[in-house]
Amino acid sequence: MDRHPSIARSRRWEIALVAIPLAFLCYFFVYPLLTVLITGFVTDGKLDLGPLRTVFGREALLNVAWFTLWQAVASTLLTLLVALPAANVMARYEFPGKRLVRAALVIPFVLPTVVVGSAFLALLGPRGPLGIDLRQTVWAILIAHVFFNYAIVVRTVSAYWERIDPTLLEAAHMLGASKAEAFRRVTLPLLRPAIASAASLVFLFTFTSFGIILILGGIGQATIEVEIWRQATGLLNFEVAAALAFLQILGISAVLFLYSRYQERKAVQFSHHPARIAPRIITPAQRIYVVANLLVMTLLLGAPIFLLVERSLQSASGYSLDAYTGLSQRIEGLGAPATTAIWNSARFALVATILAVGIGLAAATVIAYRKGWLSRSFDALLMLPLGTSAVTLGFGFLLALDQPIDLRTSIWIIPIAHAIVAIPFVVRTAVPVMRSVRHRLREAATMLGAPPERVWREIDLPLVMRAALIGAGFAFAVSLGEFGATSFLALPTNPTLPTAIFRLLGRPGTESFTSAMALSTILMVGTAVTVLVIERLRTNGLEDF
Amino acid sequence: MLIRKILIAMVALATALSACSDSADSADNATELVLMTHDSFALSEGVLEAFTTESGITVTVLQSGDAGTMLSQAILTKDNPIADVAYGVDNTFLSRALEEDIFLEYESPLLSDIPSGLIVDARVTPINFGDVCINFDKAAFTSATPPQTLADLTLPEYRDMLVVQDPASSSPGLAFLLATVATFGDEGDYNWRNYWQDLKDNGVLVTSGWTEAYTGAFSAGGEGGTRPIVVSYASSPAVGVYFTDPPPAEAPTAAVLDGCFRQVEYAAILDGSDAPEAAGQLIDYLLSTQVQEDIPLNMFVYPANQTAELPQVFTDYSPVPVATAELSVETIELNRETWIDEWTDILR
Repeated sequence: MDRHPSIARSRRWEIALVAIPLAFLCYFFVYPLLTVLITGFVTDGKLDLGPLRTVFGREALLNVAWFTLWQAVASTLLTLLVALPAANVMARYEFPGKRLVRAALVIPFVLPTVVVGSAFLALLGPRGPLGIDLRQTVWAILIAHVFFNYAIVVRTVSAYWERIDPTLLEAAHMLGASKAEAFRRVTLPLLRPAIASAASLVFLFTFTSFGIILILGGIGQATIEVEIWRQATGLLNFEVAAALAFLQILGISAVLFLYSRYQERKAVQFSHHPARIAPRIITPAQRIYVVANLLVMTLLLGAPIFLLVERSLQSASGYSLDAYTGLSQRIEGLGAPATTAIWNSARFALVATILAVGIGLAAATVIAYRKGWLSRSFDALLMLPLGTSAVTLGFGFLLALDQPIDLRTSIWIIPIAHAIVAIPFVVRTAVPVMRSVRHRLREAATMLGAPPERVWREIDLPLVMRAALIGAGFAFAVSLGEFGATSFLALPTNPTLPTAIFRLLGRPGTESFTSAMALSTILMVGTAVTVLVIERLRTNGLEDF
Repeated sequence: MLIRKILIAMVALATALSACSDSADSADNATELVLMTHDSFALSEGVLEAFTTESGITVTVLQSGDAGTMLSQAILTKDNPIADVAYGVDNTFLSRALEEDIFLEYESPLLSDIPSGLIVDARVTPINFGDVCINFDKAAFTSATPPQTLADLTLPEYRDMLVVQDPASSSPGLAFLLATVATFGDEGDYNWRNYWQDLKDNGVLVTSGWTEAYTGAFSAGGEGGTRPIVVSYASSPAVGVYFTDPPPAEAPTAAVLDGCFRQVEYAAILDGSDAPEAAGQLIDYLLSTQVQEDIPLNMFVYPANQTAELPQVFTDYSPVPVATAELSVETIELNRETWIDEWTDILR
């Protein structure tokens, strides 16, 4: 079954590569989740499917399920439509400030939805720049979803696109294919795994959307995720919440299973071209194309961000930096200076990134080099946390993790929760790269007498490192911005940036509001800088392999 | 190789960071208490520390979400509680908390200073209360009459002026729904359902939470909102003055003191606490004037202890509403979900 001669031959390695991620995931994800389901479905030691019957018996809840599905499909398609041209621009053209743009793309991704939600309310309201009132319509939700998920598509697809050997296209042209034909028959098939990978992430995110739906959605408009939260914390119907969580996981699992089957069938091995210097813009048409895409980015991503920064500078007497200079003082309502939150977020993100990259790479190696249902299920299992309700996970921790060490209120649970959510990003960026390594290269190396470890070190490792760095950037960003699971843990007054922002927004007074906006701005800048550093590392260390 | 160095450096740094952060696990045998509460909990610097100095008891505060989230966590962990004292359960959820039997009985010696109307059960001690009321922007009513009662809000002159919160996702939203139930009744020819239909026809705007309504949509909220009437708290006018620098001579907003709903917050000792006696001491401290007088300007609610003095800005701009809508905790528990569902159907 295994055709790869290198890493997978070493069985001890392989067992460790499977065991570590599996153990981590079982203890910190599967076990808490099962505990929640048991709490919901077992009464007096007997299985009781009553909660499921309740869900299916209520039209309102079925409507929630339907809305969840269709808005996720619509959001995913819309995001692909807007982001794919941008991925092409990032992969194929060189322009000033490109690196900055690539890094800035990640910013929306880390912004807490509660913050962006209010920016969108202002932008899409009757007095916004669009001039039409989109509040409480599904359009507001779709636009916000594109804003949040744009970077996933652009970055995943462009990283792949820039490695497609341009001689392939040249060959197609020489054989008489038109541009469109060459794209359809050469580029698109090669890109498909990356597109599917990005699309599956976007789908998971929008399927489980929470803050955006809550703030921008109309009355009674809820995803399963929102409904779980409402049932659990607003109505204290834990059984119904557990039943909904079960359905959500079931739906997500089905999608993930289909996805990984598809991915395995479609994975194409092709000659990896070192990221070559992309051509500069030459023709006027190209210029228009590139500028148009940059304009979309600026408008879509820039407007809400601009609004946040502008608000952070507001004060009674015009603009001022008061909100920033006051960050080291104790802020009423936080019980600590805001710098504590910044410091907390930074160290939690660091620990979470290390955990996620280590575990994610181990898992990705197994998934990329092994075939069959085992590998597929492993893949799907790792992705599941993305489709799991944050409320469920938070409550699962509370229910399950009291023994042998009581982790329920320990701050270590924060980076662990973040890592669980970040691992799929590392896996998603690493697997397509690993799969596409041409194994003839490896076979040649083996035939030339290189031992497997050396082949792995010299052929696979540099490629993997590149993917790992991109994954690390995402993991760090995910951890910085993670709000859901963190907010449902009962934690010592020790907030991360997003929870501090949320807490400040809930307090009266313009001072709290501008502080929240200032912290959002710092969160944005922090992310952009992190990602910039990682991008730089990537080109400095790994220019050619 | 660069990569490896970076990885090693990162691991080393992370280890150092985590090592230097939590070395506070003191080995002495002082009693340690854990207080679980909601996100809005706040006291001035030094107030909890003063309790530690007085009693030798250290207090760790766990905060998470709103009152509902906090209560759900307390219920889910009742076999092995994560805290000794829970503070912040309010009367909209109290009945459920009592049903679950997660609290121990406790009679604070300071109960005599608390109005008997706030005391409902031997297991819970009232700490503060807040009144959810209609607020309006005075600037919008310089030549017109502001609304005086809940019923006024359905009049054509207040068309497209009101913003409220969704009771399914917001605690003041739920309180306002309960206020309308208490005012217009659950049955009869013109009950709360008819009232909300009229509000809808009169252009009411619904937001998901207090922040979106007060800061975002209210015309005196500071963020360019356009609606001059909002559901907020009786204390909001005082809070508005308190947070304006320099303080204006007159409050820019006012609360309508008709048809307010009173949210009472309770503290209780969790069944399973290792130190119920120390927990009782903490509850006494929460009821002491030291904490009670600190509460208004930190949590923007009124102290339960009648001997506590209100801050000047509260007495000037936000007097305590005299009459508030009354619904028993049992009635609320019995109907909460149905009422929210019905409300959603009407407003959708």
